[in-house]
Amino acid sequence: MEADSSEADSTAASFKAFLQKSSSRSDRNLYDHLVLLLVKIMDERPHDAVDVLEDMSLELKRALFKDRQSSLREHVTPSAGDMLAEHQLLLFKQEQDFNHEDPTVETGFPNVNETAFYLEQAGVGLGREETQRILLALKLLVESQGLPRCRLWGKILGTESSYIIAEAEYAEGDGEQSADEDLQEEEEEEESGTQESETDPVPRSTYTHPPMVPKEAVGTGANRCFYFVCTEPGLPWVKLPPVSPAQITAARSICKAFTGRLDSPVLSYPPFPGNEANYLRAQIARISAGTQVSPSGFYQAVEEEGEEEEETGRDQCQVNPEFEGVSSFEMAQSLSSWVHHIQHILKQGRCTWVNPAMKVEDDSIEEAEAGEKDERPDEPEPEYGPPLLTNLSQDAELFHTPPWSLRLSSTITPQHAVAVLRSNLWPGAFAFSNGKRFENIYVGWGLKYTGQGYSPCVPPPPQQEYPSGPEVTEMVDPSVEEEEEMRMALEEQQEVQQESEEEEEDEEDDN
Amino acid sequence: MFYKLIKLFEDLKNTLKMDSNSLPHFLDVVASSGSVLNLEERTALQTSLVILKKNYKFQRVLFWGKILGLQQDYFVAQGRGEDEMRDRKSLYSLNCLDWLLLPSVTDAMVEEVSKAAQGRFTGDPSFVYELQVSKQEERVFKVTEEKRLAVTVHQIDEEASVVPRGAFIRSPSGPVQINRSFSGLSESEAKRLENFMHFRESKDLPREKQQKAEWTPAIDFLDVLSEDIPKGSWSLQLECASRVCVLRSLLWLGLTFYHVPMTPQHGYVYIGLGMKNLDLPFML
Repeated sequence: MEADSSEADSTAASFKAFLQKSSSRSDRNLYDHLVLLLVKIMDERPHDAVDVLEDMSLELKRALFKDRQSSLREHVTPSAGDMLAEHQLLLFKQEQDFNHEDPTVETGFPNVNETAFYLEQAGVGLGREETQRILLALKLLVESQGLPRCRLWGKILGTESSYIIAEAEYAEGDGEQSADEDLQEEEEEEESGTQESETDPVPRSTYTHPPMVPKEAVGTGANRCFYFVCTEPGLPWVKLPPVSPAQITAARSICKAFTGRLDSPVLSYPPFPGNEANYLRAQIARISAGTQVSPSGFYQAVEEEGEEEEETGRDQCQVNPEFEGVSSFEMAQSLSSWVHHIQHILKQGRCTWVNPAMKVEDDSIEEAEAGEKDERPDEPEPEYGPPLLTNLSQDAELFHTPPWSLRLSSTITPQHAVAVLRSNLWPGAFAFSNGKRFENIYVGWGLKYTGQGYSPCVPPPPQQEYPSGPEVTEMVDPSVEEEEEMRMALEEQQEVQQESEEEEEDEEDDN
Repeated sequence: MFYKLIKLFEDLKNTLKMDSNSLPHFLDVVASSGSVLNLEERTALQTSLVILKKNYKFQRVLFWGKILGLQQDYFVAQGRGEDEMRDRKSLYSLNCLDWLLLPSVTDAMVEEVSKAAQGRFTGDPSFVYELQVSKQEERVFKVTEEKRLAVTVHQIDEEASVVPRGAFIRSPSGPVQINRSFSGLSESEAKRLENFMHFRESKDLPREKQQKAEWTPAIDFLDVLSEDIPKGSWSLQLECASRVCVLRSLLWLGLTFYHVPMTPQHGYVYIGLGMKNLDLPFML
């Protein structure tokens, strides 16, 4: 008996020694590994341990490997998330001047959380935490820039990062300064000298640029508001430059996604005059003009004494103090209870039409040329757009889809629902109204609905480079027979000349 | 044995990502793309999805997304059976309460829809799209909006569904199942597009896939997102203060995938017009 048990013991001991033999590839042995594995299972007590045994074993081996790091100190590189978190911490640490200001006074930044509550019923929003961060960022913006009022315009998604956009209106003094800067820029662009070489003059090109449509003055038309942009709430806000009509017309004919970096170039055909900041501003202008709506009656036309109402329309409207509110049920019934309160952008790229052939002041040669152009019979015709405060039922249908979808946010509890208006031309533009309050927002990619698909415009036909004249016109080379004839004719002429010269000499000799 | 099976199903339920248990959290994370569900819809979904799972005996039910129509929106849910890839059934509803099964998609149906259906979804499932081929021929292609919806859901799943690498494993006997020891991609892995895959029957040649160093046949049986044409049709970003990795598709605008690194949470949802973005080559 003792011999048997000692044999069993020795077998067990030799098996244990086998288990403890270190592996040739790593310094571990099976015995220790099994012990650790069983200890782990004992501690963690996972469900169905037998099924996850292999995974646990693998993880254990991986963990052991990690522990055997070198003795170098760990260098922690701050990730993008860490740096963003530090920026966002500043949002929460804004100073409050409770002594000086009365907190109940209306402040410039909007109550974004309240708007978000209604917008959530409409099915659009950015999530509650993000909205809170945006609220704090807007507060920071208003205080740092001293804006009287600002509004969250929306969010435009991009391929690398997105833009959060805030809209603010110009205070009265700022408009003039930037208008002067704009004029200077235009003058620099117009100066184009032609160089003449002293040797053979190169044929002058008769191509002249089509006259540039002047930018709208800051504070009017498409430049009525200015916009601030940031990629994440907490990062500094960047102001976007005012938009020019050329940029709007170019933006209408391209279809480009935003990358998320304001300085990236916009490569497209027709070439876009500007970089992504300008493109963003142009799209914002188009979206605002097309989709910013309000309940009918909320705004009224600015009434000034002695002014005739021209067809070119009013360009300003003010809040109607007597607006009593319409029930959201009525608002959800028909499109005529909503109106546009932003001016429509004409085909020219501006809100008010300007004849581009008329130059402003300036004594320069180009003025004389412009004067000549005025006399041409084909003057551009003035463009008209729908006047401000037209209601939505007059919006045109494109691509067989109605331009707006209107409904109540809830069918089960219509008593507390809000009216929701969704744009079909600019997917992502929403408006809601609960009768007294309304708000517009855009969250999307910044692109218009193109129906079947976007097709880029065709490049124009090649232009005449040189004026036709004898030096430049092609002529057929003379054939051999014609050359022979010419040579014979020349010879005859020479003979005749020689004879007449001889006769003269004879006559002189005679005399 | 039977008891063990029941326990297995219970476990699966607990590790689910996108079903009615985790719906609110998942919707909050996906909200960065701009679309949310309002409270009424969310609560209705939570209730009706549970009932749906019981009626159809699904393993799990996911909220797939919402297709916006002109008059009404379609809510789509998807139920998964034993084999996650093959046993998929999609259902739609107009009010998040009454669900109807979508017809299963055949090649003939795809062809019909691609010919006849154009423009936005109207919101009426019985609406018939008609296309007359030419004036001489009397042949008219007709397709109902329900079929168009089924084909659209199928196409989006084929072309734009995303799962992180390692979240699903293909067992040797064939069925694709959730990997219960998937603990999430690390922060650095989540920034690379190669670690995300399409959840569809693989279309790439197997030879190309074996070039990675850590190739495992149980995990790498799906097509990788970085091989999609055109390159750049996925936008990978970190949202929610850089905590969540969000992938947005530019081919199907409105598809958003989220994954919280170092956790097993992931999922995708489509909230959009239901139209493929054919302008993508111009946009990039």
